[in-house]
Parts: sequence; C-alpha cells; structure tokens
Amino acid sequence: MSDLTKLTIAQARDAMRKGETTSAEITSACLTAIEGADALGAFVHHTPEIATAQAAAADTRIKAGDAPDMCGIPLGIKDLFCTKGVPSQAASRILEGFKPEYESTITSQLFDAGAVMLGKLNMDEFAMGSSNETSVYGNAVNPWKRAGDDTALTPGGSSGGSASAVAADLCLAATGTDTGGSIRQPAAFTGITGLKPTYGRVSRWGIVAFASSLDQAGPMTKDVRDAAIMLTAMAGHDPLDSTSADIPVPDFEAALTGDIRGKTIGIPKEYRMEGMPAEIEKLWEDGTAMLKDAGAKIVDISLPHTKYALPAYYVIAPAEASSNLARYDGVRFGHRAKLAHGDGITEMYEKTRAEGFGPEVQRRVMVGTYVLSAGFYDAYYNRARRVRALIKQDFDRVFADGVDAILTPATPSAAFGLGEMTNADPIQMYLNDVFTVTVNLAGLPGIAVPTGQNAQGLPMGLQLIGRPWEEGDLLNVAYSLEQSAGFVAKPAKWW
Amino acid sequence: MSIDTETARRVAKLARIKVEDDALPALASEFSAILGFIEQLNEVDVEGVEPMTSVTPQRLKRRADVVTDGNQQAAVLKNAPDAREGFFAVPKVVE
Repeated sequence: MSDLTKLTIAQARDAMRKGETTSAEITSACLTAIEGADALGAFVHHTPEIATAQAAAADTRIKAGDAPDMCGIPLGIKDLFCTKGVPSQAASRILEGFKPEYESTITSQLFDAGAVMLGKLNMDEFAMGSSNETSVYGNAVNPWKRAGDDTALTPGGSSGGSASAVAADLCLAATGTDTGGSIRQPAAFTGITGLKPTYGRVSRWGIVAFASSLDQAGPMTKDVRDAAIMLTAMAGHDPLDSTSADIPVPDFEAALTGDIRGKTIGIPKEYRMEGMPAEIEKLWEDGTAMLKDAGAKIVDISLPHTKYALPAYYVIAPAEASSNLARYDGVRFGHRAKLAHGDGITEMYEKTRAEGFGPEVQRRVMVGTYVLSAGFYDAYYNRARRVRALIKQDFDRVFADGVDAILTPATPSAAFGLGEMTNADPIQMYLNDVFTVTVNLAGLPGIAVPTGQNAQGLPMGLQLIGRPWEEGDLLNVAYSLEQSAGFVAKPAKWW
Repeated sequence: MSIDTETARRVAKLARIKVEDDALPALASEFSAILGFIEQLNEVDVEGVEPMTSVTPQRLKRRADVVTDGNQQAAVLKNAPDAREGFFAVPKVVE
C-alpha cells in the first residue's frame, strides 16, 4: 500500500485486519514523515523506540484476532499528557527535564488498546494560547499556506502541534486538550476534525492541569469516524478523577448512520458577531443549508449570555490556573533557579517561577491571583461563577425546547500569520475563542468539522454543540455535515 | 478599574513571581486592560443566581478512607531538583 501515513484510523484498522499492511509498516512510514518535518515544529520529543516496540506488539495482537479498534494505530500525544519515562513538560521551561513516573489514564487506555506513541506534540505553554506561540519549544507551523503567499501561518492553539501533525499526515491521529477551544480552533485552522467531549466523559488524571473545571481531553483526527473510534477508546470512568462520570461508554462509531432526518438544529443569533468576515458568514449559511437538505429542522435560537462568556472565562480560567500552577515551586520537580548567596525559600519560589514561566503564563497566574485575592473574590470570581451558571442555563433552555444540536462557526477567521498578533493586546488573541469558550463553561460536547476553504485556499470549520453525554448523536450530525461538505483538500507539501 | 504599579507589585508578590521594578508599569497596564475587559460582567443581573460549583449535576463519589498507595519514596523524589537522604531539599526556611 502507498501513502500509509495518509490512512484514517478506520482505513488502517481494516487494512491491518485484512493483512494488507502492518502496524510496523505504518509506524515506520510515520516515523520517516516525522523525520522530514522539522519545519513544522509539531513533534518536540521523538519516541521511535517506544513506537517500534508498541507496533510489534500490536501486530502480534492483530494476528491473533480480536484486537481493539485502536490496535496498531500510530498517534501523536500532546505534551500536556504525562507519559511514563518520556519528557512531559507542557511546553514550559519550568518542567524541563521532568519525566513522569506514571502514565496518564488516557494514554494508558490508548496503549492498553494497542495504540502506538510516535512522540510528544508541541502546544502553547500550559495550554495557554491560541496560536502555539507561547511554547518553550518555539512555534508549531500550519502545513497550510495562503495561495501564492509564503507566510508561515499558525496551526492555532493550544493543541497546535497536534493539529499540524494530523493535517500534515505525520501521524494518523493525535490527542488534544480543550479548556476554551484548544482542540476545536486548531482543528478548524488546519482542516481536521477535533472533538471536545462532555466535561467528565474522559479522565483528566495525569494531564497537566490548567483550569480543572474546564479542561477536557479529546481526539484530533482526519475525519468524524476516527473521532468516534478514538473517543470510545479514551472515554470512561476513572476512580483517580473524581469528576469523571461513572456512566457507560457507548460504541460511538455505531452511532454514525448519517441519518439526521427529524433532528432539530439550533442557529444561535448571538453568534452572528459584528464585523464577522463574509466568508465565515457564508460558511455558516452553507452548513445550515446542508443540514436542512439532509432532513434536519432548522430553528433560530437565542443564547442571551453569549457575550459574557469570554470575560467570565478570563476570570475563571486564570483563577483556577493560579491555584493549579502553585505546585511549580522548584521543590518537587522541574526547574529550580540558581540562587544567590543568602537567598531563602521565598526568593527560590520567586526566581524559579519568573524563569520557568513564560509571559502569558505569568500574566494569567497573576490575573488569577488578583481575582481570588481578599476584597476582589466576590466582585470577580463569584460574579464570574454566577454568569457561568446563566450561560449554562441558556443551553439548558434550548435543549429543553427540543434542540438536538447547535451549529456555529468554529473560529472568527481562518488561520492567521505567525507573529501577526505579537503587538496586539492579549484580549485580541483571546477573541479567537469567542465561539468555543461557551461550550467549556457549560460543560458540553463540541466538535469542529472542516466544511470549506476561504478565497486564499485556507480551510475553515464549523462547530456543532451537542447535549451533555450525547456525543454519539453529536458525532452523527457531524458525520452528516462532513458527508455533505465533502471537504477533501490537503495542504501542498512544502516542508 | 485601573491597576497601579504598587498593586501590580503586590499581586506579583502574592503569586510568588519575581518582577523587576522597571517591568511593573507595563504589567500594571496589561492588568488594567484585562480587568477592563472582565468588567463587562458587571452588566449582568446575577441577583439570586448561585455561583456554579459543578458543571455537571453529579455528586462526587466517595471511597473508604483507607491508604491505597505508598512505599514509592524513590519514585516520588526522582524528579526533584535537589533531594537528599530521602527528603526534598530546600534553602533554609527558618532564620
């Protein structure tokens, strides 16, 4: 078989089961592709020995029959996941040299199912960013370029390395994490599929924490079927994560019938932002028409507190981050600053954290510290949690009214140039998450699906938001949208 | 709300992040911009709304209060920047 790296998970699974190829062959093809793709900055720690050994073990299982769906599938793993004995540093200087003594629940589950780890993927430092420009490793780069323009573009963030690697066919799929849009925005920027599950669907144990009430991991894949297959392997209750839900995990792939007749799709008027580019508006209208043609009922809905989602997020996420990142103190793991004569423990903390955290992480930790500090806790943090409750009620109301899924743009624009936002104030960068952040605040499942290209040839995606715990239904609507959109474009190889 | 350099200094201290004096004015103005953005939340009527504590309506699971793990001193200390005689080592804490 040719072009083994271009296979989807489903295609590779079926081909391996038929004996047409082996995990060893696909893994080796991916490792070769990775070696030639340094310019993308996607893989930041390479684990070819682990991959080769896992592929050999997977081939033995496949030969013996009854191997799980993910058996032998080569993956990239976001650097936020702790992987035993392999550097796991959340793209931060403060975790330089850190090699966990344990394996995250999600990577354990994937490896138990026979998946193969090719290496660790670039990301924004501690998952704080929307362009992968805050990484200690340097930028990840989008494999897509504007037609006739050599400008290097961002793959989005924070899961920028994951998005770049999947779009460039360096791996069959990748893990991502999503606190405010970090799976869906990079997926939309690179023409791939990215799913953030319902809060509690997958375990957070062993994933470096950013904002614990919002963080959720998910699959980043070449199509919707692969997202369903990979989510099935990632999901499930974990006694080590008290917020993971103890409910059965269905076979999500089995939900993909493509039949959405009679489903009700909501179009929220508040997502029609002022100054929205015409190409995004058209993409949204086209997607709405596709779902209608497939037999869904389209209804206009209102989510009145949408406007307040970003400001609420920028209180809650930094507050939780300031608490979660307090553990990086130079005592138990990672970087410790060189101390001057006479420095005590406070100087050790302050110098270590100043050296170890980049500017965006420092900014968010300090904003979080401020909103939690005495005298401001009620005015900022408690008010944001009240607004969060109202945002969730908006969704509860439309779902109670019979809406099955909500269609919105995934991002306010196509991918922008690396460095283009350097001089903008931080809030301009935060606006990237305007369509995705509501979903994290309400704990809902959301998926980005590529459905078109802009005038410059860049991919653009739409987002579908589902009812809690009904990822199967959501994936099926996404599958229908994917079929209608027929997005098959691939970036031209320049790296 | 506008944040002055003294407040920026105090927040940096609380967060245990060393910020040099000459970087404080820029930091203060960044804080002011972000807090200005956040202050939109004051437009929302939150009267009678309980602050969200859990996004999914589930009770946290309980387990028996027993030791389930341990005897991993070497693994626990493995990544420490400075470990001695089975302990984490830090600069002098008490004068």
